[in-house]
Amino acid sequence: MSTADNPIAVLVELRDGAVARPTLEALTLARSLGTPVAVWLGTEPDADAVAQLGEFGAAEVRVAAIGAEARYPAKAAAAIAAATEDSSLLLVVSTFLNKEIVTRLAVTTGAGVVVDAAGVEFVDGEVEAFQTVFAATWNVRTRIAGKAIVGVRPNTTTASAAEVPGAASIVPISVQLPATRETITAVEPVAPIEGVPLAEAPVVVSGGRGTGGDYALVTELAELLGGAVGASRDATDEGWISHEHMVGQTGTTVTPALYVACGISGAVHHRGGMQASGTIVAINMDPDAPIFEICDFGVVGSLFDVLPQAIEAVKAHRAN
Amino acid sequence: MRILVTVKFTPDLQSQRSFTDGTVTRTADDGSMNELDENAVEAALQLVEAAGEGEVYALTVGGADAVAAVRKALQLGANHAIHVNDDAVAGSDVFGTAAVLAAAIRKVHDENPLDLVITGMAALDGLTSMLPTALAAELDWSQLTLASSLEVGDGSATIVRHLPDAHETVTAPLPAVVSVTDELNKPRYPNFKLIMAARKAEVVQWSLADLGVDAATVGAGASRTTVVDASPRPPRADQQIVTDTGEGGNALAAFLIEKGLA
Ligand SMILES: Cc1cc2nc3c(=O)[nH]c(=O)nc-3n(C[C@H](O)[C@H](O)[C@H](O)COP(=O)(O)OP(=O)(O)OC[C@H]3O[C@@H](n4cnc5c(N)ncnc54)[C@H](O)[C@@H]3O)c2cc1C
Ligand SMILES: Cc1cc2nc3c(=O)[nH]c(=O)nc-3n(C[C@H](O)[C@H](O)[C@H](O)COP(=O)(O)OP(=O)(O)OC[C@H]3O[C@@H](n4cnc5c(N)ncnc54)[C@H](O)[C@@H]3O)c2cc1C
Repeated sequence: MSTADNPIAVLVELRDGAVARPTLEALTLARSLGTPVAVWLGTEPDADAVAQLGEFGAAEVRVAAIGAEARYPAKAAAAIAAATEDSSLLLVVSTFLNKEIVTRLAVTTGAGVVVDAAGVEFVDGEVEAFQTVFAATWNVRTRIAGKAIVGVRPNTTTASAAEVPGAASIVPISVQLPATRETITAVEPVAPIEGVPLAEAPVVVSGGRGTGGDYALVTELAELLGGAVGASRDATDEGWISHEHMVGQTGTTVTPALYVACGISGAVHHRGGMQASGTIVAINMDPDAPIFEICDFGVVGSLFDVLPQAIEAVKAHRAN
Repeated sequence: MRILVTVKFTPDLQSQRSFTDGTVTRTADDGSMNELDENAVEAALQLVEAAGEGEVYALTVGGADAVAAVRKALQLGANHAIHVNDDAVAGSDVFGTAAVLAAAIRKVHDENPLDLVITGMAALDGLTSMLPTALAAELDWSQLTLASSLEVGDGSATIVRHLPDAHETVTAPLPAVVSVTDELNKPRYPNFKLIMAARKAEVVQWSLADLGVDAATVGAGASRTTVVDASPRPPRADQQIVTDTGEGGNALAAFLIEKGLA
């Protein structure tokens, strides 16, 4: 370990064994701060994954081959601690599981933690993270004293390959895993939602109660724009669409370049999960719906009239 | 069954929330118990009701107005309320807050052991969702977080948690810290009798000295994170709203094309 100058550790997020896109974003961010070193937990990475991490600048890939033990926050934290002794800053993707892992890690290392960040920089040698809070109505900048951990939201940095690729040399990490009181007795895999995962999608088209349960048009627009389908809690509570699609404070937080809300009133719980999106479009029959207060472009009208016409017009434009 | 529920005082989501000198502006008239802590209180009440015996404690750490959070828990049916209020706690980070909560929980537990501590999945202001893990680590109790189902019996508790890639079943011995999601249950409404009783109920007030916590280890001074700048975001500029009179879809498409989004 520790050939790297100012190593910035990045915890690799895996999806079906492959590197997830937010990790490439985090590596891109890490390059602006120092020398990225990737931290890999679980089963050994394959050659493609290592090559990709190198392409995005990883000087090293530190592998703690702890298999499924990585599902235990305290064990994952111990492995990361062993892999990042020389690094003063760790970046992770801000997910519920990673928040638990970094909390355990911080309890043992004394690091300060900011999660759900939109970016990080060094100011006078100290880490500063920025966030939007209170349903994206405030910008906040937080300084972390000493060792720092920052959870970054997907879609807040544009991933780009490094001009000079990193060596991505494999460094095996050996770690004594702590015993835990908890036992995971069953792991039932969730079939991944088709297409781009909601949290990472560059475009999200969401349908609410106003769809009446018919997601055909919402799905068609999402597919046309290369995006994912989202929903309000009322829609998932009705059973119209599965819980994994729910956007909001208790569902998934999304920050796509484009968010299209169809038949969603814009309750504060929903807004908290999407208000930091790049461009917001709303389609709603009620001119007084709160969603119109926060949109860039709004259509007062029925989604059943507006969406088919918009879909046709986009297709016609593309055909030209 | 003896259960303690942690409840946080948070600003009303509908109000104009803001920062003053790097911390959240709080006023009693536009704040209450964190909505997601209603699910935690509900879980505790249901477990005690099912066991046919037991007690529910509500605990909050916060300034003078935070008492509203434990009063709300009393209205819902909690038996005891504890409010840790000490100027030295102000500005604590997650770890400082966890240390104070843990000290208060130990004080209750040492007198008469608790089976469970139940928390919400997130506080709708800080929204870090880190506190339950920090609390379990601080207490060195079992951690059962993000429960969307919860079963307790036989000296152990079992939860199911929904992560994006898998549903995990996790089991651990008591005492445990359990955080519950809003999928777990539907919180009840306070009933009139309890509302009246909660007004008069005693709320135990503890300071850091009562808990044996050194003030220098918590609060803004000990915080590993400091807000150095907070500013309101400007409203979205150049907003366009059109009313559909037959051309709404075309107008939308034109907007997306012009912005390079289609
Ligand atoms: C603790 C807590 C946490 C919560 N967390 C979340 C969360 O994470 N995410 C979330 O979404 N909600 C959450 N909620 C629920 C939230 O408060 C709202 O109830 C919910 O978001 C409303 O969903 P909706 O906008 O689909 O429905 P409604 O509020 O009923 O709005 C439907 C809208 O559709 C419009 N409409 C009807 N027909 C049409 C049509 N043909 N064309 C166009 N528009 C039409 C109506 O004008 C209306 O504005 C939470 C609530 C609580 C208490
Ligand atoms: C906008 C904002 C941003 C912040 N950012 C950070 C940060 O980046 N890093 C950091 O270390 N701290 C941060 N803090 C401070 C942190 O929020 C507090 O220390 C807080 O008490 C614990 O975290 P939480 O509110 O995120 O709780 P969460 O972990 O989201 O809450 C989960 C549960 O813990 C319980 N709980 C939380 N706080 C209390 C309490 N005071 N009394 C009783 N029960 C409680 C409740 O049951 C709640 O449902 C931030 C605070 C705010 C308002």
